[in-house]
Amino acid sequence: MSATIKFGVVVFPGSNCDHDAYHAVKHLFHHDAQFLWHKETDLQNSDVIILPGGFSYGDYLRTGAIARFSPIMNEVMKFAQSGGVVIGICNGFQILCESGLLPGVLLRNQSLLFSCKHVNLRVEQNTSRFTNESSVGDILRIPIAHGEGNYFAEPDVIKSLEDNGQVIFRYCDEQGKITPESNPNGSTNNIAGIVNKNGNVMGMMPHPERACEAQLGSSDGRKIFESLINSFVLQTA
Amino acid sequence: MYQSTITITLRPSILDVQGKAVEHSIHTLGMSEVSNVRIGKSIHMTVDAKSEEEAKRITEEACRRLLANPVMEDYTFTVKKV
Repeated sequence: MSATIKFGVVVFPGSNCDHDAYHAVKHLFHHDAQFLWHKETDLQNSDVIILPGGFSYGDYLRTGAIARFSPIMNEVMKFAQSGGVVIGICNGFQILCESGLLPGVLLRNQSLLFSCKHVNLRVEQNTSRFTNESSVGDILRIPIAHGEGNYFAEPDVIKSLEDNGQVIFRYCDEQGKITPESNPNGSTNNIAGIVNKNGNVMGMMPHPERACEAQLGSSDGRKIFESLINSFVLQTA
Repeated sequence: MYQSTITITLRPSILDVQGKAVEHSIHTLGMSEVSNVRIGKSIHMTVDAKSEEEAKRITEEACRRLLANPVMEDYTFTVKKV
């Protein structure tokens, strides 16, 4: 693999964080980026697929339910199943859950309100390719913007996620304590982000691509992209 | 032709916060008799099928593959010849 990583940012009708993700990987981290229209059936040799935030198909029926059947998702599923790296942010996380690439579902926020603010995330493990530049217990300040971010799965699924170290981010307070008050949506165990068993598919509700520049209020999101980029370097070393 | 009417609700084990809010509002109207408010979706569709059995099979498949997410929702439906 070359030193330059090729990011494919999928664009669904209603995606609205596609340009933010493109900007972050292309202009801030200086890797290749390309948009992939949802009707395409070729991932154009992308090394990493990003399913961005937004309101694909107007959130009709359920969040992510219709996007999951877009032509490009067949390719994304094949890519993920053969070990390709896929990141789902916000609506992208919802699409990953609907497509079965990640377990569980994102329910309506318990407050019933759309929540748009910076939150604190505690890094729960640093062996994943998305957190290797952090230490366990690090606190990342990253914004959320969602109405359906309340992660839910059956107790046996939650137990297996926890036992396998698949929960990589949890909502916490400024001291890193996991409290009900620091949970913006009512998610089970304050879960904010998870990976699949193989560690190549990651979904998170907060938006790291909106937190890569100090002028945006936080650059803590950089840690996640740096970890990912680093994982490719380690792979080829 | 058959008319399918599908009702989708959150599974009983999932707290329906919208239902709770509406229930609270009903109580403020003085109707304390009302409880267990659950909010769901109603989907109506026409199915071109040769028999009621086939219409049910098609409706079932649509529910299972797209209309309901079994992780959080239950569904029921009726099929009527039109």
